[in-house]
Amino acid sequence: MHIVTGKGGTGKTTVAAALARALAADGGRVLLVEVEGRQGIATLFGSPPLPYEEREIDAVPGGGRVFALAADAEAALMEYLELFYGMRRAGQALTRLGAVDFATTIAPGLRDVLLTGKATEAVRRREGGRRRPEGRFHYDAVVMDAPPTGRIGRFLNVNSEVAGLARVGPIRNHADRVMEVIRSDRTRVHFVSLLEEMPAQETRNGIAEVGALGLHVGMVVVNMARPPLLPGDALSDAAAGRADLGELAAGLKAAGLDDAGDLAESLAEEVGAHARRVLLERRVRAELAGTGAPLVELPLLEGGVDRAALEGLARRMAEQGVRR
Amino acid sequence: MSAGRLDVDALLDDPATRIVVCCGAGGVGKTTTAAALGLRAAERGRNAVVITVDPARRLAQSMGLDSLDNTPSLVPLPEGTPGSMHAMMLDMKRTFDEVVEEHADPERARQILGNPFYQTLSTSFSGTQEYMAMEKLGQLRQSGEWDLIVVDTPPSRSALDFLDAPKRLGRFLDGRLVKFLSAPAPSGAFKLLGAGVGLVTSVLGKILGAQLLNDLRAFVAAFDTVFGGFQERAERTYRLLQAPGTAFVVVAVPEADALREASYFMRRLATDAMPLAGLVVNRTHPLPAGAGARLDAGAATAAAEALEAAGSHPGASAALRLHADLVRTHLRERGLRERTVSAHPGVRVAEVPALPEDVHDLEGLRGIGAALARGA
Ligand SMILES: Nc1ncnc2c1ncn2[C@@H]1O[C@H](COP(=O)(O)OP(=O)(O)O)[C@@H](O)[C@H]1O
Ligand SMILES: Nc1ncnc2c1ncn2[C@@H]1O[C@H](COP(=O)(O)OP(=O)(O)O)[C@@H](O)[C@H]1O
Ligand SMILES: [Mg+2]
Ligand SMILES: [Mg+2]
Repeated sequence: MHIVTGKGGTGKTTVAAALARALAADGGRVLLVEVEGRQGIATLFGSPPLPYEEREIDAVPGGGRVFALAADAEAALMEYLELFYGMRRAGQALTRLGAVDFATTIAPGLRDVLLTGKATEAVRRREGGRRRPEGRFHYDAVVMDAPPTGRIGRFLNVNSEVAGLARVGPIRNHADRVMEVIRSDRTRVHFVSLLEEMPAQETRNGIAEVGALGLHVGMVVVNMARPPLLPGDALSDAAAGRADLGELAAGLKAAGLDDAGDLAESLAEEVGAHARRVLLERRVRAELAGTGAPLVELPLLEGGVDRAALEGLARRMAEQGVRR
Repeated sequence: MSAGRLDVDALLDDPATRIVVCCGAGGVGKTTTAAALGLRAAERGRNAVVITVDPARRLAQSMGLDSLDNTPSLVPLPEGTPGSMHAMMLDMKRTFDEVVEEHADPERARQILGNPFYQTLSTSFSGTQEYMAMEKLGQLRQSGEWDLIVVDTPPSRSALDFLDAPKRLGRFLDGRLVKFLSAPAPSGAFKLLGAGVGLVTSVLGKILGAQLLNDLRAFVAAFDTVFGGFQERAERTYRLLQAPGTAFVVVAVPEADALREASYFMRRLATDAMPLAGLVVNRTHPLPAGAGARLDAGAATAAAEALEAAGSHPGASAALRLHADLVRTHLRERGLRERTVSAHPGVRVAEVPALPEDVHDLEGLRGIGAALARGA
């Protein structure tokens, strides 16, 4: 199981989808699960809203298949009641009473356990169902587009979250089963970051938090990285405002531009700002590397991300060694 | 269509302006904008307080907010500053506890504060932070100690959450399930549900377990008695937001998602009769001053290619490529901004350029404040 988190807006949904594709590159079945009710996967794939149902959304060259599921606490509860208690009608009554709203409102831990429960059920599922515990796994990998770093610890630590509420009983048993999968050493929590201070800080805090819970940290995906446009040694000079104006003006003149002197001054400022940003990005990258997690870098794509772009991102991941 | 300029100084200088609320999608610069506005107001003679929710650590330190004490503390400003600036970081649990203590007798307050459901409600109900930010705003306004309150809003899923959270909490606590739990005897309402009360109780018992159900009942019963007070306060704060002394500043970055959210928010403010001061487009990429402003992307790229073909002046060709990139970004951002503005005729806009580095000291905030005041 692959759990993808990161600061909001860093590209969790995008990276989770690209990762699902990368994991399906050598064939096999991969499930991509979203848990925040935002229909981010449907938006990304340009398809109508996903139902609470595992649907194939992408066939990968090479025979792999990617399925997607928009997990929803209410539907998960209904399924759970029916599966374990044969209580469909009661479930419907609960919905009418607003019991699910209630659970999500007052005890988000209950909602989390339903959502993680659905995802971990997909992880454990085997061909031939529960009667054949030795059957092969239904999915070769499950990728979860998880809540942001600010909530990830609480979200994944469903066990202790509900333990405060339910020390014994059915919820507790369910939570224990979920936790077993989340803690398993075949589960990894990946972090998506940008080369900016706040997302990187959240990543470092998240890694510490997840590690302290005894979960396994996977990779740090550095998303939306921009190639530096300046040759290496020019950077620090430019950042310090020591760009060689004369040489720049000569270059502009050689390129046939008017006003080379004025233009050089104007561009030198742009270059200085760019250089300072690149140096900051280097510092941030070094801090991220300092966490010990492997870094995987994805470029900033002009014009946003569509299906084709996703394929490109998946390939970049594969090239950097991401595979099942 | 081009937009009017948001005149931040006029807004801050007007003594009738008593509350400025900074809102927008996550990560766009709400906290930074709120702090910069507070600082600028102080430097222009106001006695301002900034309620922040989640300042980056270094920014918090620069405002003297090392500890989370839930009360405003004075931000040390240079001598001779005509006004003053206080800042506080919201502790939502503490704020919630205080409201409970104010509205319940000590025994009941103790019951509520010790109930496990209250503990999740007060720390992780999606909306508590928003609700408590508004609660704090109401408190500070009532204290009358400041003539300007600048509010930073929480990093919500949606920029609207802080308007809706108090009502959502209210709706929830008024909901049928809560009524059912607080009065478990069979009542008419539940016959309509087509499931017997016995069945519902048994399901709840099965899923939740008996202990949980009891905790829940105890919580609901105790909380019900203080809830009227909560709702009243929420309504009062809501009306405060509609009052003429309040100004909303919607913050966005020049990206489609953030501007869409900003648009949505501006429409909502109009619907709710809440006064919009203007839109801040943060982290923009303006063209450089001077001759660079006249060199378009095509010409810059062609010139870079010429140099590369000749194999000379690599520094200049890199600078030209960088410039072409900047011009393209600038045009894209301008297009996005114009689209938003044309959907909201009359909206006033201020642009703040993206700084190469983060904003984490008073000097940085001052720079943001100056950019805000320059406007578009
Ligand atoms: N590598 C990338 N290059 C360009 N745009 C990207 C990239 N990754 C994500 N985006 C864009 O950034 C925005 C936020 O990405 P999303 O995956 O929805 O983030 P999250 O799920 O963390 O909120 C989207 O508009 C997405 O298309
Ligand atoms: N104009 C700007 N230029 C550069 N960095 C900025 C600018 N505005 C904000 N930032 C940085 O962006 C990050 C997010 O800003 P913040 O104000 O915390 O956003 P929000 O409160 O909306 O989540 C911070 O690290 C901040 O320093
Ligand atoms: Mg997402
Ligand atoms: Mg903030």
